[in-house]
Amino acid sequence: MKPKSIAVVGAAETTKLGKIPDLSVIGLHADAALNAMADAGLKPSDIDGVATAGESPTAIAHYLGITPTWVDGTSVGGCSFMLHVRHAAAAINEGLCNTVLITHGESGRSRVGAFRPPRAPSSLIGQFEIPYGITTPPTQFTIPALRYMKTYGVTEADLAMVAVVQREWAAKNPRASFKDPLSVEDVLNSEMIAYPFRKLMCCLVTDGGGALILTRAERARDFPRKPVYILGSGESVETPMISQMEDFTTSRAFRVSGKKAFDEAGIRHADVDHLMIYDAFAHLPIYGLEDLGFVGRGEAAAFIGERNTAIGGKLPLNTNGGGLSYMHSGMYGMYALQESVRQLRGIAPAQVPGAKISVCHGVGGMFAASGTIIFTNEG
Amino acid sequence: MTRLLPEPTPETRSFWEGCQAGELRLQRCADCAHSYFPPRPFCPKCASRNVEVFPASGAATLYSYIINHRPRPDVSAEPHAIAVVTLAEGPRMMTNIVGCPQTPEALVLDMPLRVTFEKQSDEITLPFFTPVKG
Repeated sequence: MKPKSIAVVGAAETTKLGKIPDLSVIGLHADAALNAMADAGLKPSDIDGVATAGESPTAIAHYLGITPTWVDGTSVGGCSFMLHVRHAAAAINEGLCNTVLITHGESGRSRVGAFRPPRAPSSLIGQFEIPYGITTPPTQFTIPALRYMKTYGVTEADLAMVAVVQREWAAKNPRASFKDPLSVEDVLNSEMIAYPFRKLMCCLVTDGGGALILTRAERARDFPRKPVYILGSGESVETPMISQMEDFTTSRAFRVSGKKAFDEAGIRHADVDHLMIYDAFAHLPIYGLEDLGFVGRGEAAAFIGERNTAIGGKLPLNTNGGGLSYMHSGMYGMYALQESVRQLRGIAPAQVPGAKISVCHGVGGMFAASGTIIFTNEG
Repeated sequence: MTRLLPEPTPETRSFWEGCQAGELRLQRCADCAHSYFPPRPFCPKCASRNVEVFPASGAATLYSYIINHRPRPDVSAEPHAIAVVTLAEGPRMMTNIVGCPQTPEALVLDMPLRVTFEKQSDEITLPFFTPVKG
């Protein structure tokens, strides 16, 4: 992709976040989409591209009254929206459409209009993982962590520190689900969910949605908000089965997606002012910092423990509080993207002063997929 | 309560028949010698269809695990490990560790394990792993 050729001109979350029993899944998509269109000063008739995951782009386009010339229903888990941004940028540059709406909505907590298809017992997961007792992500995503911890001497207290630092960021955010201060002891005394993971090392389960609107950079200055440009992007997938991840101490999908995005953006790690790493569980920022190349192998837990990613640190990370404290509907990637855009618009509740480059890194499934978007506010 | 059990497909039937016969069957590429799992009728390394089924030794080591404190009722009433083991032949697979306490003290990474089979139904026998004593 040509850096800075595409810009985000509309970005918004649902009016409410957290517990939204009065909206169904498609209603959450629509609420976020209407807010993003209002943010950009656009009407459905101005949109000619639709991308979404969780719902079909057909359902979203029809519900909102959009007649698209391009759709993308890529659904690879919580980072699907990073992939949508990347695909939309390519589609706009190719002339397939001009203005793309990307929507997310999920009734993760209230489960209004939510449907989770059962996994077939004939699928590979159904044959070779489900019989051994896996259930929700806390019983799958967490499995590699003990191997990482043994390899690098990382402790449960180190994992707890990830949640503690992110709670400090969340405390500055009025829309965060959890804002009360948290100590390492609090985390280590919380309920054991899947050893070594305790409840406060696991993400929230909430309701919400978000939407983005993208168009060509040369049009972006005509919109009401400060444009945020796409500087680089990457994506990859590894395996749908956590047991078949090639190395439990590092994610191949993270490495491939991150390198692609950095190469495309032509930036060095020292150029990055702000970072989002999808944190469904406390070990993910650790893997992300290493697999994106911000620190060396085995160094990420100490890097976080030394407060480099905390308020006032040199690499502000998950400044909305993350999936651990801000919100997590199920496919959190959209909220990471929203926070990157807010930071580069200069309107984030915990604003990083003068932030110019934000890296937004997502995961899908259980280390199954990855998408990375690098944004800048300098056109 | 019966466990949620696999439904074999044509591509995986040799594995499940092996479990019934007390053999842990893997596959190996006859062209590049790569051993692999889960089963498929071609080599995931070189795409050759020239592959064979062979019985693995059943020896493994404990690669990583969690102890699920919210166990699925069809699996256990008590917290239990969901583990990934590295087979002596190279491939990894998910399993349960049986014949030892389901505690971090008893479940030590890299400990040697051996396959053991438990019949679940007329069609399905699951491969579990148990610590090698002494």
